[in-house]
Amino acid sequence: MPTIVVDGQTLTVPEGATVLQAIRQAGVHLPTLCYWEGLPPYGACRLCLVDVVSPKPDTIAACAYPAAEGMVIETQGPRATAVRKIVLEFLLARCPTWNVIRAMAAEAGVTETRFPASTKADELCVLCGLCVRICRDAVGAAAIGFIGRGPERQVGPPFHLQAEACIGCGACAAVCPTDAVKIEDVDGQRILHTWNTRVPLEPCPSCGQPYAPEPMAFLREHVEASQHLWGLCPACRRKAAAAQLEVIREATFHALR
Amino acid sequence: MPADLEPLHAAGRASLYPDRIKITVGMATCGLAAGADAVYEALSQRIKQRELDAVLVGTGCIGFCQQEPLVDVRLPGQGRVIYTQMTRPRARALVDHLAQTGTLPVDRAWAVIDQEESLVEDRVERFSRLPELSGVPAYSQQPFFASQRKIVLRNCGFVDPASCEEYVARGGYRALAGVLSEMTPQQVIDEVTRSGLRGRGGGGFSAGRKWQVARDVPGETKYVICNGDEGDPGAYMDRTVLESDPHSVIEGVIIGAYAIGAHQGYAYVRDEYPLAVERLTNALAQAEAHGLLGENILGSGFNFRLDLVRGAGAFVCGEETAMISSIEGGSGEPRPKPPYPAVAGLWGRPTVINNVKTFSTVPVIMARGGDWYAAVGAPGNTGTVVFSLVGQIANTGLVEVPLGMTLNDLLEGIGGGSGNGRAIKAVQTGGPSGGCLPARLFDMRITYEEMTSAGSIMGSGGMVVLDESACMVDVARYFLDFTTVESCGKCTACREGTGHLRAILTRITQGQGTPDDLALMEEVGQAVKAGSLCGLGQTAPNPALSTLRYFRDEYEAHVIEHRCPAGKCPVGA
Repeated sequence: MPTIVVDGQTLTVPEGATVLQAIRQAGVHLPTLCYWEGLPPYGACRLCLVDVVSPKPDTIAACAYPAAEGMVIETQGPRATAVRKIVLEFLLARCPTWNVIRAMAAEAGVTETRFPASTKADELCVLCGLCVRICRDAVGAAAIGFIGRGPERQVGPPFHLQAEACIGCGACAAVCPTDAVKIEDVDGQRILHTWNTRVPLEPCPSCGQPYAPEPMAFLREHVEASQHLWGLCPACRRKAAAAQLEVIREATFHALR
Repeated sequence: MPADLEPLHAAGRASLYPDRIKITVGMATCGLAAGADAVYEALSQRIKQRELDAVLVGTGCIGFCQQEPLVDVRLPGQGRVIYTQMTRPRARALVDHLAQTGTLPVDRAWAVIDQEESLVEDRVERFSRLPELSGVPAYSQQPFFASQRKIVLRNCGFVDPASCEEYVARGGYRALAGVLSEMTPQQVIDEVTRSGLRGRGGGGFSAGRKWQVARDVPGETKYVICNGDEGDPGAYMDRTVLESDPHSVIEGVIIGAYAIGAHQGYAYVRDEYPLAVERLTNALAQAEAHGLLGENILGSGFNFRLDLVRGAGAFVCGEETAMISSIEGGSGEPRPKPPYPAVAGLWGRPTVINNVKTFSTVPVIMARGGDWYAAVGAPGNTGTVVFSLVGQIANTGLVEVPLGMTLNDLLEGIGGGSGNGRAIKAVQTGGPSGGCLPARLFDMRITYEEMTSAGSIMGSGGMVVLDESACMVDVARYFLDFTTVESCGKCTACREGTGHLRAILTRITQGQGTPDDLALMEEVGQAVKAGSLCGLGQTAPNPALSTLRYFRDEYEAHVIEHRCPAGKCPVGA
């Protein structure tokens, strides 16, 4: 278990921990965009750059760098801070109107950018790749991916058409740090606006209200516990659960008597 | 001579030095671009018409691309005579002369190769020449070749790249046979380490140390990758080696695989190099057929497969982790290091990735010894480096020089200066990852460290020469345009940063820049270097930062006086 120093604080971290995990363990605030605990590190947003003071002075992406015995890290070191601020200026120029980015930048003391604003004024995506990665690496659907490279890079389904592999789970929207993925359930369909994709919803066997994406029906076979509850819409599930509790409560009450 | 190689060696010598007239046409991409195939066709027809008893073959690039198409003629027992700038009429006249007189014409005879060195065998063969050619310079005395030291390019232009036999006849696969029969893998690594060989892709990391790391990591499955994804504008070293001497690369890769304990390798070649792909494919099939690849190589019990992977054209795939992702079937995007590929690379296994030229050097080191190699070049920068000299230079071509040579000796001595009456102003080394070095630094020695401290990099070997007519701001804009488009877009620093650098440079060339832009460019450049995920972004600002450092006056003329000193930019428009 390596012992490292983060901003003057000495701490021992688990074997295999990254520098970012050590920073979080130390309770140091270092906001990031492309890091998510459930996925392997990606190293793309560059907001977790920190200075290594020792053993070898360097500026590293903390999310992907293994914490090694004796490392001395400064999160507010001059080199890393300078790069993080420029990166935030880049992001302000990329998403000129987006409050999420504005707030994040302001917290780091960056309130304006010296770079021309993107011509796509409503840009919300910072290309952190979390949606692509969760869809591919955690969900296993790989319904969306990166398209183009360099300044042309964007996220989308193949050819920007209906994503045939999408199961409508909404994990992409759940992990998006900038709320760039827009999803809504309307008229028996889940519409993933950002991906030009529509997925039909199955009706709840109890109340008949459409509620679960059809392509996710296979999950029923995998979720054994409370199977009948998982087959219901959230409202019916609550009712059923409450009814079950009532049965248990009654039984307990009678038993105690 | 290992018994397995003897028949190949004999057949190779017979085709290298036949008892008939031998006419050879340089048919690498440089020759073909200059019309070598038409010259070959004309020669072929005329030989038939005149019923000349001659064998006509193609070879790779001997390096003197400026004078292509090159045709060599060899009379039995004599040295090859090189004829430059051949055309169809000249080709026909050459055959006519041979048929009529049985001798060689003096006209356009540029050099006589009166001795050939077989580097691997440590043997020099001398040939006589016709008395009427006494006034033609020897190949070794032509200034273009005189101070070159050919190790990587040892066979380029000397063998038929389609012939495994000719490669063997010049000592090919002898080093491999020696390694497999007499050396342990550790001895191989020690020899490479002793040679001081550094990665010729441009990074300059010790090849021996890299191999040692990969060997020492526990695990049964390891891989070797040969990086032939050369993509710098103006660079064609790897292409030429693959087109002209593919077996030298294959032999080096097999030795590397043996050293680290790999049984599978990949040669990654960009698909924009169709001739390199074709010749390597052919050479791989030959090596397999002759028991030099596959199961039980040369009866040693060592197994190794080498497969060709064609790159789809992304510049970033030359970066090792992006290349790994590409071979795995993913998109060509880099991942953070560590872990380095030597520890966890292709499919998570220890993987050695070296450049084409690094591998092609290895057989020579094995045959001649690490100490021999270390004596070439400069301490800490041993051996030779291959450059493609392009741009405003008299002798465009592919050259190989000992490390430690000065830029001046390379550009003026071998390159012959600009050749257009204007002075050379700067040289761009290392392509879009490198920088522009001004003429006043040309006394500098060519070493990894000196190139880096001057703000450029050694790089893979592209060397674009710029004379006084070039605008350095425009040159920087060109390279940043390249890296902006070729950035994979994964990390924010590179994707957004290169784009902003390009935008700043573009407005300066259009006369809309301000003095503040220079400071901003410097700041962004340093941030992109420090903050990018991979080598592409970490070096992409170099063309901008080095031109700003050495040619600030040109930038100031653009932003203060709104004037382009070279008259290239539409500043006043």
